[in-house]
Amino acid sequence: MSSTTVTLEGEGKSLWGGGVEPLKASYGKLMMWFFLLSDAFTFSALLIAYGLIRYSHPAYDGAISDFVFSQEYWPVPEMVFEAAPFLHGIHLPLVFVGIMTFILILSSVTMVLAVEAGHRMDKQDVEKWMLWTIIGGITFLGCQAWEWSHFIAGTEEGGRMLDGSIFYGANLTQNQYGPANFAALFFFITGFHGFHVFSGVAFNFIIFYQTVVGILERRGHYEMVEKVGLYWHFVDLVWVFVFTFFYLV
Amino acid sequence: MNQENTSEVVVQPVDKAKVNGILKVALILGVITALEFLIAFTVPHEFAALRVIIFVGMTIVKAFYIVAEFMHLGHETKVLIWSIMIPLIFVVWLIAALLIQGGAIFNVLYQ
Repeated sequence: MSSTTVTLEGEGKSLWGGGVEPLKASYGKLMMWFFLLSDAFTFSALLIAYGLIRYSHPAYDGAISDFVFSQEYWPVPEMVFEAAPFLHGIHLPLVFVGIMTFILILSSVTMVLAVEAGHRMDKQDVEKWMLWTIIGGITFLGCQAWEWSHFIAGTEEGGRMLDGSIFYGANLTQNQYGPANFAALFFFITGFHGFHVFSGVAFNFIIFYQTVVGILERRGHYEMVEKVGLYWHFVDLVWVFVFTFFYLV
Repeated sequence: MNQENTSEVVVQPVDKAKVNGILKVALILGVITALEFLIAFTVPHEFAALRVIIFVGMTIVKAFYIVAEFMHLGHETKVLIWSIMIPLIFVVWLIAALLIQGGAIFNVLYQ
């Protein structure tokens, strides 16, 4: 930070004439906002593509209790995502993904608390809340790894393919749960989100490290915590939408 | 760059009101998510349109709280708020365009 402020005496008070901050936010925060806007377009495109592909397949219209996997119609998500670790064979629709959702919301809360601590120049509190945020992020990634491996391995019964054979699990070209695109979209959308969580954890760790060694305290402010905080909340925001459109609807 | 003297760092006490505000937003997000589960298992699948409307509505409420409070956008200047929100009109357009297109593809393939 430069310690001197340049003031142009006599220059007009024009908001956009230079020398003032019209948006009252630093360059770094603004650029983070506009990056997140572009990232929002990317995720919107992915989720809307999911909508298009789902609308172009027949929907299952029978009773939920009679639901079986078929290549003929789009699966009901709560019948696909119904497994949880250590509870093999028990039908627990959406329970595990619900736990993941709460973990991510909680890590978002600890991130806001880290930002709040940064405003107070409280190094210890920033360290504490950043560490909780990182732990939340890593836990979420671990849960997602389990969910992916379960999705790929498949159920014991498997599903009948169009040629009459039984297929277990899923890959990019065929899956037991329904049309090939269902699994492809699952891998792409949750994978792209998971990669964001991973990079968010990496950013958070860098800032956590800088806090611990005192770089941010010597700098005189904790604005970097706010910037990675914006990114982290965005990751949470995207999950809210993925959760609704991939798992609930 | 190194003019700041670390010994001058003054740690301010926790702002109770601010933290309570954060926890209130967290509670709202948690309650809405819990309600989504309740609705997922109480409203029958036959009311597909109703379910979608409720879920989308609740998602937008959650998104509002995350963006306005956690990301602090609600407390930024008007110009910044609108420079982020107005471009999202394109997303609304894309939803309309691609969902109509999806229905048209379905008609070609199955009707």
